[in-house]
Amino acid sequence: MLGQWTAEHLAEPKAWSKLKHELHAATSTETDVQLWDLCALARMDHVGAQLLWNAWGRRWPAQLRTLPVQRALLERVAQFSMTVPLPARKSAMQLFLALGRQVLRVADHLIEMQRLIGQLMLDVMRLVRHPRHGPWRDFSGHLYHIGATALPITALVGFLIGVVLAYLMAQQLKQFGADLYIVNLLGISLIRELGPVLAAILIAGRSGSAITAQIGVMRVTEEIDAMRVLGIARGYRLVLPRVMAMALAMPLLTVWTTLAALTGGMLASDLMMGVTPDYFVSALGDAVEPSNLTLAVGKSTVFGVLIALVGCHYGLRVKPNTESLGQGTTASVVTSITMVILVDALFAVVFKDVGL
Amino acid sequence: MSTTGPVVEIEKLTSVFRFAGQEVVVHKDLDLRIDAGELLSIVGGSGSGKTVLLRQILGLETPRAGRITVQGRPASQLGDEGAASRVGMLFQHGALFSAFSVLDNIAFPLRELGTLPDELVRDAALVKLQMVGMEPKQAHQMPANLSGGMIKRVALARSLIMDPPLLLLDEPTAGLDPDRADDFCDLLRSLHRELGLTVVMVTHDLDTLFALSTRVAVLAEQKVVVSGLPREVMNFPNRFVQSYFLGKRGLRARALLQEPPVAV
Repeated sequence: MLGQWTAEHLAEPKAWSKLKHELHAATSTETDVQLWDLCALARMDHVGAQLLWNAWGRRWPAQLRTLPVQRALLERVAQFSMTVPLPARKSAMQLFLALGRQVLRVADHLIEMQRLIGQLMLDVMRLVRHPRHGPWRDFSGHLYHIGATALPITALVGFLIGVVLAYLMAQQLKQFGADLYIVNLLGISLIRELGPVLAAILIAGRSGSAITAQIGVMRVTEEIDAMRVLGIARGYRLVLPRVMAMALAMPLLTVWTTLAALTGGMLASDLMMGVTPDYFVSALGDAVEPSNLTLAVGKSTVFGVLIALVGCHYGLRVKPNTESLGQGTTASVVTSITMVILVDALFAVVFKDVGL
Repeated sequence: MSTTGPVVEIEKLTSVFRFAGQEVVVHKDLDLRIDAGELLSIVGGSGSGKTVLLRQILGLETPRAGRITVQGRPASQLGDEGAASRVGMLFQHGALFSAFSVLDNIAFPLRELGTLPDELVRDAALVKLQMVGMEPKQAHQMPANLSGGMIKRVALARSLIMDPPLLLLDEPTAGLDPDRADDFCDLLRSLHRELGLTVVMVTHDLDTLFALSTRVAVLAEQKVVVSGLPREVMNFPNRFVQSYFLGKRGLRARALLQEPPVAV
């Protein structure tokens, strides 16, 4: 036998298919009279040795000539070769039990979420009693990151949605000659629904994921454990400031997004239908009752608290490994966006008589 | 298996890092030559650029100036296809792929070649797994469930899967208990002897250093101040070298030197 019996050389497709046939031919003939001479091999590594060993049917051939190095390789391969114990297949019972575990896991999520909310209440009371010792520095930092840095993106998205909506509505309204109603349509839909939901979805994707990732990384690097050992309450220092910042930033961002969307809508209706900005602004006051604004702000505060809580919840559940961090972040964003839309639907049902 | 001449050649290496607007010179005109079959330990104080040097040999970082040649090719080309057959690296924290099981981690480089049958790949990975002293029944565990020592073993098995002639180790015994560390040393020594590996190791562990190395290179003052046999290096008249080896810990570990390293 000749050549390079190393993984790199064996893996070349041409060499491999040729070798496979030769090996097959060699091993299928009479084995007693064969002499395997490896002394002329340029190189052999463990993969090469394994290949030979497997080809020999995992036993030593009758006649074999090797160099001592090759002999050592083959002996090691021979010693360690064994069939892999495959991971056991799941039986029907196990699948059934796995389903049960899933249900329990959901229950576990709910219990932990409830515990988080309870702890938050206690922390709020503690803050009310000793406002001077509150985590104000953390709060202002989060407020900046969640609120101020989100201004450009929310404005851009809001503005474009306003333009698109106004454009679509103008097409329809023109057919009925009801051009002026665009103010009512845009005003109600943007202020009452789209502004809060749009801002909440953007912030859930942007800051909800960031919250989970921050807390999750702290979990992976054992910082949370370190806090506990140092006697620092994680609820008070990690969860409370984030929830407070979110509860304050979210309504502000909602107002900001709604304003941007209304600006976009106003410009588009001016261009499309000649509804002047002057008229738009004056008609808006009559078209939209102030209670809509209150509803929107209240709703978005709830959204903010929800997003922060869901983010913290998934962050604290991250297990100390990197894969779990990725899963937690994904789950956090998906859950918080779903929650926002569910709660929005709930608000729509409960407050159907308000402001319409 | 026995290529002669330098495996790694470093000439006039200069590395500079920027920290907060300030430039920090880590290496300046550093020269180092590593011959085939050596077991070289690189030592130096914290921040003397040991790990950076390893990363530069691997081509993970590009030096500001200078030339690094690994097996006759520039280090920057080392990461090309088939890298696993040229060089193995044991990262400080293992760097196992967290999404794969132990066996899949080890088999990954072989499987990526695409031609070898699955059975052969699995057998080869299983042999490597046992070579580093792990049980076959641990093959299907996930890295997240392994202890630090086991992670290092699996990572070593992965770096050895294609029997590369050059093996780089970053703090191989850090975070292992003394017993495990000794096992690890024995393992490395036997691998070095049997596979004819060239091993480059960064370590702070003087026991490991004296037990294994055939040569020690000391990084200080931005270059290799001295390199040679452990006992020669120890007596080199340099402030850093003296305090490093002849501090209390050094003296204790020195007792090991009475027996010369087995790996030659």
